[in-house]
Amino acid sequence: MFIELGHFALILALVLAVVQTVLPLLGASRGWDSAMAAGGPAATAQFGCLALAFGALTYGFVTSDFSLSLVAANSHTDKPMLYKVTGVWGNHEGSMLLWCVILALYAAMAATFGTNLRPSLRARVLGVQGAISVAFLSFLIFTSNPFTRLSVPPMNGSDLNPLLQDPGLAFHPPFLYLGYVGLSMAFSFAVAALIEGRVDAAWGRWVRPWTLAAWLFLTVGIALGSWWAYYELGWGGFWFWDPVENASFMPWLIAAALLHSAIVVEKREALKSWTILLAILAFGFSLIGAFIVRSGVLTSVHAFANDPERGVYLLAITGVFMGGALMLYAVRASAMEAKGVFGLASRESALVANNVLLAVSAFVVFIGTVWPLLAEMVWDRKLSVGAPFFDAAFTPFMVALAALLPLGSLMPWKRAKMDRVMAPLWGALALSITMGALVWVIQTGGSMLAPFGAVLASWVVMGVLVDLWTRAGRGREFSAKIRRLRRLPRADWGKSVAHTGFGVTLFGICALTAWQVEDIRVAQEGESFDVAGYTITLADVRGARGPNYEATLAVMEIARGDRSVATLIPEKRFYPVARMPTTEAAIDNGILRDIYVVIGDPQDGGGWAVRTYIKPFANWIWAGCIIMALGGCLSLSDRRHRVAAGAAKAPPAAVPAE
Amino acid sequence: MIRVAVLVWLLAMPAFAVQPDEILQNPALEARARELSKNLRCLVCRNENIDESNADLARDLRLAVRERLVAGDDDAEVIDYLVTRYGEYVLLRPNARGVNLVLWLAGPIMALGGGLIALTYLRRRKGADVRPDPLSDAERARLEELTGD
Repeated sequence: MFIELGHFALILALVLAVVQTVLPLLGASRGWDSAMAAGGPAATAQFGCLALAFGALTYGFVTSDFSLSLVAANSHTDKPMLYKVTGVWGNHEGSMLLWCVILALYAAMAATFGTNLRPSLRARVLGVQGAISVAFLSFLIFTSNPFTRLSVPPMNGSDLNPLLQDPGLAFHPPFLYLGYVGLSMAFSFAVAALIEGRVDAAWGRWVRPWTLAAWLFLTVGIALGSWWAYYELGWGGFWFWDPVENASFMPWLIAAALLHSAIVVEKREALKSWTILLAILAFGFSLIGAFIVRSGVLTSVHAFANDPERGVYLLAITGVFMGGALMLYAVRASAMEAKGVFGLASRESALVANNVLLAVSAFVVFIGTVWPLLAEMVWDRKLSVGAPFFDAAFTPFMVALAALLPLGSLMPWKRAKMDRVMAPLWGALALSITMGALVWVIQTGGSMLAPFGAVLASWVVMGVLVDLWTRAGRGREFSAKIRRLRRLPRADWGKSVAHTGFGVTLFGICALTAWQVEDIRVAQEGESFDVAGYTITLADVRGARGPNYEATLAVMEIARGDRSVATLIPEKRFYPVARMPTTEAAIDNGILRDIYVVIGDPQDGGGWAVRTYIKPFANWIWAGCIIMALGGCLSLSDRRHRVAAGAAKAPPAAVPAE
Repeated sequence: MIRVAVLVWLLAMPAFAVQPDEILQNPALEARARELSKNLRCLVCRNENIDESNADLARDLRLAVRERLVAGDDDAEVIDYLVTRYGEYVLLRPNARGVNLVLWLAGPIMALGGGLIALTYLRRRKGADVRPDPLSDAERARLEELTGD
């Protein structure tokens, strides 16, 4: 019964979404207060209904109700409880329901926290958000209903794909969706502002926290996915430039650009129409991402690629929302007049440069992703675009971004003098080049990648330190400086922390790529071998049984000289229900290096194939992402955003007597 | 969900990437083989190079690359050998011929164009009109009220 209740709640949510779209938009254009006010309760009720539907589906998975075709296709009674719960979104229908839940969650949050917005703007934001909900809920109900029943339920399910049976599934998709869908808020704000024909500093202040939240969730989601792939794939790659990855990376890049340009709108009332365009495009790339992942148009073999009808529907959603928003933009954007005046060398210009670099790099990723499709459709050339292209075409923009970052973050608003900006930075530049030289001397031979990465990364991080140092005031006592630093706004700390994270990730990527050591060999049980200064012993290989799989375990002892470093136990698993093998690498995590071992197949001549990797600074890549996200959190907790509330209240009593 | 696809395909295959028995005795040749492999696509996989792929076809291609290298081919000849057999689909780094020039030049051209547009915009802002908006009637009324006229 509970399941049916969830199904009804899902349909009711669609009805409420229609109400949430029509009433507030109509009310705002006619000036009907009560209709405008209906948006809030409709959004909250819609979220309630979807939460109930999600609860019902989860209940179906937890109790292994195989009369639900989704549960029968993706679950099994032997599956551990964690994966019964996470299995809810480990498939197309369930993940789409999660998408809708989050969409409604954002709308409900906007309804709750947006009480300080102009009533007409708030109504329009909720209305646009409601329209997105209508599109996705009807997609869910009409093409991918998660509550479809089977007339003859099977005795047991066909189990969740073994690769998804990992704690990564618990966190990676929800974070990613919080990010993707969070960008819909920026989109709704942009479209609402276009309808209103009014973009001002207050708009910039309202849209920034939503973008910031979406961006930081996306950062965490992408980092988690990358880390998951790193330990799960069995060779320790962290980024593949795969279309589905690019689908998450493009919105991230655009969201990062949007974050920065919204600052200019908020502080200087310039770049308005560009910021609006970015807000539209950011969500546009989210939609394109959803289309790429779920239509299978770019990927012939894919977990979700099963139904062209779904692809067409998603393409229609993308087309309608992007087409509509861009048309509105073309008509209305010229009305957004910039106010701020600034010189060629100024913080504003630096942020424009940041935006150009981020937007162009996102475009490069986009064209690389769709090129194979385009080339085949238009010129009948069947070709591939892979990592070597992206490495060559994308990297220069990130290098330029890192090179400009310290300069830009030290520039004052309005007008900067280059010699004054550079004055405190010369030391940082010299130190960074010294760091690079040091790295170059230490490494024996090898590419210039690591020294180059060291220069860039320390330039970025040292730029942050110089920035903080100058903010602390010139020629003061140390304790006074500290006091002053502690009083800096949280947003400034957020900026410093996030930029530091960028530097750390940059270094991690360069160091890992340049210095990784790989060893592939056949080892007999009891045999020892040396890899990059470590002695590795394949002590034992034995069989074992898990709850729903059979495994081969290898016990490998790692030592450095006489000192034992770790005992690692890599596994090979076989899941009988899904008839699928997986490899589980064993990793000794460290700050300076990971030791990564994988056990392969038994060899004909006896012994086992064994792969060992020494991965220097691997964890810096994800640590940098987490630091970036922390910076986002700090910035989000800034007083300004909380009190923005107060500041945004309508100026008192400007109304002439009636 | 994003990674899942990659994972699903990669691990669907029983064996794994470069096998110990494939590695050439000559370390210089082996290093070249690895470099070349990174730019060649496993034709039955999704966007994966033959160096990382577990598919049987990838193994065949890895062996073919090594065979050609041992036979004394230079890097370009090995690539040509594979392209004539499998088409340009096998190249993960698309060549810069014909319409592919658009792909390769898109980034630089966009950067140049974007930079120029931004520069024009910035120069215009520099000389922009500094006058603030005139006061609205309501604001003027409020001002008068405050200044007590």
